[in-house]
Amino acid sequence: MKYEAVIGLEIHCELKTNTKIFCGCATTFGADQNTHVCPVCLGMPGVLPTINKRVVEFGIKAGLATNCEINKYSKFDRKNYYYPDLPKNWQTSQYDLPIAEHGWVDIDVEGKRKRIRLTRIHMEEDAGKLVHSGTTIKDSSSSNVDYNRTGVPLLEIVSEPDMSSAEEARAYMEKIKSIMEYIDVSNCRMEEGNLRADINVSLRPVGSKELGTRTEMKNINSFKNLEDAINYEIERQEEVLEDGGHIVQETRTFDPARGITLSMRSKENAHDYRYMPEPDLPPIVTSEETIEKYRSELPELPDARRARLESEYGLSDYDAGIITSSRAMAEYFDAVIAEGADPKLAANWIMGDLSKELNAAGIDISQSPVDAKRLGEMIQLIMKDTISGKIAKKVFKEMLTNPDSPEKIVKDKGLVQITDTKAIEGIVDEVIANNQKAVDDYKGGNKKAIGALVGQVMKASKGKANPQMVNKLLAEKLN
Amino acid sequence: MKVTKEDLQNVAVLSRLAIAEEQEEKYLGQLDKILTYMDNLSALDTKDVKPTTYALPMQNVFREDVVKESLDREAALANAPLKEDGYFKVPKVLED
Repeated sequence: MKYEAVIGLEIHCELKTNTKIFCGCATTFGADQNTHVCPVCLGMPGVLPTINKRVVEFGIKAGLATNCEINKYSKFDRKNYYYPDLPKNWQTSQYDLPIAEHGWVDIDVEGKRKRIRLTRIHMEEDAGKLVHSGTTIKDSSSSNVDYNRTGVPLLEIVSEPDMSSAEEARAYMEKIKSIMEYIDVSNCRMEEGNLRADINVSLRPVGSKELGTRTEMKNINSFKNLEDAINYEIERQEEVLEDGGHIVQETRTFDPARGITLSMRSKENAHDYRYMPEPDLPPIVTSEETIEKYRSELPELPDARRARLESEYGLSDYDAGIITSSRAMAEYFDAVIAEGADPKLAANWIMGDLSKELNAAGIDISQSPVDAKRLGEMIQLIMKDTISGKIAKKVFKEMLTNPDSPEKIVKDKGLVQITDTKAIEGIVDEVIANNQKAVDDYKGGNKKAIGALVGQVMKASKGKANPQMVNKLLAEKLN
Repeated sequence: MKVTKEDLQNVAVLSRLAIAEEQEEKYLGQLDKILTYMDNLSALDTKDVKPTTYALPMQNVFREDVVKESLDREAALANAPLKEDGYFKVPKVLED
């Protein structure tokens, strides 16, 4: 039988507030254990939590940016469970009246656009971190707990099960990451756990409307693990079904080292959270004016920016998609254009040489050794025929370690393109005289033979001759 | 009876309460009385009454996103039954 996968994601997104969601403790990553804690986030008796206003603002903005309806009456609830990473024995979260509901985002996979619906976005507090003592988790007799992360604000963004492949799930998570970066509510640093996904996967026979039994994998924090975990789980479930077995609804853990998912064998009735309204936090009532104020503060979002780059600069949909996928890259592109660079050249340099160098160095475009201003200046040198595209690659390489202006680098290294007709003519004559065979071929009707001659001239000029002029002169002299 | 033995045991597990077998009958009776008493409420017509989610006439109580001093770590750990290297120490929690 042919199966299709049905995939839904719950993405936890850590917000970039200064303080925790219900107290004034700092949210800074990497502090010494248990130094960002207070009676509120430690869950001591008799304390009164107070909602961080910015968390609500971020929640509403995230909802608006993902086409959600904002609940004008929203409240917090207690989700009860016992685990030492939660000092209160409940997580303050939202149950039936989340801040935002019924949204959607569009994703592009293999040239096809698909709409993924969002069920809801709710606000909640993060839990603490368990550090296991002992050499392996299995033989540790105790765990140590750091509550610094307890109470750090999260948005949980829940999708409908609208995805059917690992690629779609990845594209969806990338889109959510991109939107959260654009609206500046999260740092989205995946290596710091700012963005983590719980994945639900089930299979059903192709064409069936009924949903199969699903499994869940929690806390996936990289795009690679997301794809690997989904692909493995699809394969595993397929095998079970093919062998006539049935899928057990359970939470599975993904082991990145082995690329497999494993059953966690959690207890059957573990998921009875007994939600109740949070009596310590008054409801959040949001007016139309507040919602519109936040809407007016939203920046241009990735899809709109992409459409603008296409219509305004004539970039292809694909290029515009890559450039706008991260806010930092889109802003870098705009800054290069502002220097007077040709948009298509700018896009090519950013997606090509620059991205390659940044990836190799493992750094973000915001930390690029070649800033937008200098790349813009360099592209202008190409546009003015001061250097050829080929020489530009050398200049660019030099710029990675040399902070001088591209113009100075070109001068210092003697890389200025030869556009002096006389000088090029001399080289062309020489090349024609020394390459009789290619000349004969060309004259005999093999027009491609001119390529070899152009190559010789470029080589003789050390790449500095203007290629268009070389072509023109050669054609003139041979015809 | 509104509450079965299974209900009682389930609630006890969820609440981390140990209830001895000989006490079960006693608690079942008490829970049953409480729930029967709550049934009095169904005598009221609540057709046009919205569910209450918050009992006090308050809304939008917020604080600004400004950092305040956290507890000194020694103070934070002062009441912990077990501690180690600045951490709260707890029994192993992983399920086998």
